[in-house]
Amino acid sequence: MIIQRKSDIIPSEITPKTVFDNRREFIQKAGFGLIAGAAAGLLSNPLKAATVSSGTTEGAGRLIGRANAPAIIKAPSFGAHQKIANYAKTTYGAGEKLTAYEDVTTYNNYYEFGTDKNEPAINSKLFKPYPWTVSIEGEVKKNKTISIEDIYKLAPLEERIYRMRCVEGWSMVIPWIGLPLAQLIKWAEPNSNAKYVEFISLADKQQMPGQNLQVLDWPYVEGLRMDEAMNPLTIMAVGLYGEQLPNQNGAPMRLVTPWKYGFKGAKAIVKIRFVEKMPVSSWMKAGPNEYGFYANVNPNVEHPRWTQSSEKRIGGGLFAGRIKTQMFNGYADQVGQMYAGMDLRKNF
Amino acid sequence: MLAFLKNNPTKKQITWIKAFVFTVCLIPLVRLIWLGVADNLSANPIEFIERSTGFWALFMLLATLTLTPIRLLTGRAWQIQMRRMLGLFMFFYVCLHIITYLWLDFAFDWLDITKDIAKHPRILVGFAAFVLSVPLALTSTNSMMKRLRERWKQLHQLVYLIAILAIVHFWWLVKKDIREPLLYACILMVLFGIRIYYKYIKVAKVTSKVQTNSL
Repeated sequence: MIIQRKSDIIPSEITPKTVFDNRREFIQKAGFGLIAGAAAGLLSNPLKAATVSSGTTEGAGRLIGRANAPAIIKAPSFGAHQKIANYAKTTYGAGEKLTAYEDVTTYNNYYEFGTDKNEPAINSKLFKPYPWTVSIEGEVKKNKTISIEDIYKLAPLEERIYRMRCVEGWSMVIPWIGLPLAQLIKWAEPNSNAKYVEFISLADKQQMPGQNLQVLDWPYVEGLRMDEAMNPLTIMAVGLYGEQLPNQNGAPMRLVTPWKYGFKGAKAIVKIRFVEKMPVSSWMKAGPNEYGFYANVNPNVEHPRWTQSSEKRIGGGLFAGRIKTQMFNGYADQVGQMYAGMDLRKNF
Repeated sequence: MLAFLKNNPTKKQITWIKAFVFTVCLIPLVRLIWLGVADNLSANPIEFIERSTGFWALFMLLATLTLTPIRLLTGRAWQIQMRRMLGLFMFFYVCLHIITYLWLDFAFDWLDITKDIAKHPRILVGFAAFVLSVPLALTSTNSMMKRLRERWKQLHQLVYLIAILAIVHFWWLVKKDIREPLLYACILMVLFGIRIYYKYIKVAKVTSKVQTNSL
């Protein structure tokens, strides 16, 4: 049997690996024939990156999303670890042991890039998240579009350390960087008919090879009720571990609702539509009796395939066993009141 | 050297072939240990081991079921001598699969395990396949074969049911991308098809010929 355990390295000690990763990047970039770009990347990136850990308060990279440096976002970066400067620390997730960066970025459910969990990290290498525009439609004062640079500027970016529970029975703890979705909605100016928000991800077979297979009805669609979308816990994430979202984690922008199963987190969002009727998500279409609209983490409602009363925390090693899954993934105090009086067995 | 491909291998050659197959069948285990020592079993090592041992158990099972169709198609029978070893390797990987599930995945929490088996058809089906394979492993010795005689044959036909259950177990695991289980289901159907063809249709043809002639 395998007896090796993952070491208990504290997150701040992991950081030098970034330097290590950059070495690989160099080789990849060289392979793409972008030697010049790689040289520039090496000059600007790894030395600085080495000093920044998840635990530090300020990023050491260049400014992003501030008026004086929007150009950085436009520059295509082949998975380069572009640091996000100027984000505020929050108390969310204090005391949680972070899931290692490597695990967060190599174990992904992102079917647009393949159905195996190691595939998104490989198949998303050529994906271009910048430039990026998001269109706002439906029950709004006026249809409009917003660039990812402007989204960075809508509100001060915050780091939120959230637990993420996958419907498949595993979980992670991820230091996201993003802005409250409420801020984006405020800017979008929905009208009084808007009862739900629909999130539509990119459909582009060229860039997303997984879409050549009709495993889901592309584009990926997710949705939230208006109060869920406005809840202070809900964020639009643009980064993690102090850097811009890696492609495999949903670059340039993804939804994060920590009290819901991970599949609610639509990635690479291109369209946000305000609607009166409950949207039908891709997973609801794919398996109506397995995946509901709410998809709240609930240890008392079983799934036909996976145990929901307990979960495996990624990075725990071989002998860590399972941990009990908490109601609303442990966020009941912040979100429980939204579902008061609802039968959560029916509204799963 | 590869003369046995034309003629049947000698006894000595069979011994060598068996030793070779035995070594090859251990490669998946060695690989897992290798990856484990190198801490290279992905972000979710338990799932990795479960998937890997499950796959190799199914692989061994399908390999076992390939030997008879080869005999039917080519008329060669020496490869049947590998059947017991392959069958036992299937059982070996199934055991590793189950131990991973009970120990690493559920830490012998019997209440949770019982609930998991009862509530999830996928687990129930896999568990049934395991239970059914136990008597086959136990009666795999020469002495048991002699003792059970005709009954032994009947008992070991359970392998067909086990194969179906194993593939259903895999099928119900995947969320949406059914390509892989579908492939194994197709292989199994082909293997079954060859057997059925030779058992019923080919025989039927022969009999009808005989009947025509006698008329």
